[in-house]
Amino acid sequence: MKLAVVVNEGPYTHQASDTAYQFTRAALEKGHEIYRVFFYHDGVNNATRLTVPPQDERNVQKNWSELSEKHGLDMVVCIAAAQRRGILDDNEAKRHGKGEGAANLAPGFRISGLGQLIEAGIQADRLVVFGD
Amino acid sequence: MSDTKRFLYVNRKAPHGTVYALESLEVVLIGAAFEQDVSLAFLDDGVFQLVKKQVTTGIGVKNFAPVYRALGDYEVKKLFVERESLEERGLTEDDLMEITHENDDEEDVNSVEIVDRARMAEIMAAQDVVLSF
Repeated sequence: MKLAVVVNEGPYTHQASDTAYQFTRAALEKGHEIYRVFFYHDGVNNATRLTVPPQDERNVQKNWSELSEKHGLDMVVCIAAAQRRGILDDNEAKRHGKGEGAANLAPGFRISGLGQLIEAGIQADRLVVFGD
Repeated sequence: MSDTKRFLYVNRKAPHGTVYALESLEVVLIGAAFEQDVSLAFLDDGVFQLVKKQVTTGIGVKNFAPVYRALGDYEVKKLFVERESLEERGLTEDDLMEITHENDDEEDVNSVEIVDRARMAEIMAAQDVVLSF
């Protein structure tokens, strides 16, 4: 089955991102296709490379980045939601004059528009939303 | 992308206090460009999103309530409000803003339909894509 996943909550406060990650990993291991994972609302906070959780805890961002690298997962962060919350790639950091090294988008994520969410809903057999 | 799907946006949270209502509306507006079969559902505290005469100056956030009234211009014509959610919150249809769209004869017709919980479940079951906010 071709699936799309939406993550609407940030890491650590809510379980939603962890559950979405477990679901996505399990689906891939079962041979399903993940068309896209879309991060919206506080879900964009999963995409910052600057989180430093205690060593004996899971690293939510790293989990996603590694899953993306392993499976070529398309992980899209909503640009409007990301800009509100200070998640920037190189281009956006430059465009908004945030200075050298300000970009904090973690590996495997890309920033794009909400159209990518709608398109995922159209293209996938099922769109699964993880939120509060 | 020639295929049309039935999209339902489910709004369950009050308009302010969290960002869900505003960011849900942003998805609806962007999604309009994709020419899908779009409906909106308002239930639980989400019914507060459509209450008329909202004033947000006291809390220092943008009042986006007028955007709901412009949804007709985006070809979003089906807004379903759950009757039980209204009643549980002491609200009636008269408390909601008037939201209309132009029909094929260029007449303004009501976009809002009050439905009971059972009907809402049927509406949800009939969709291809349900986005819950």
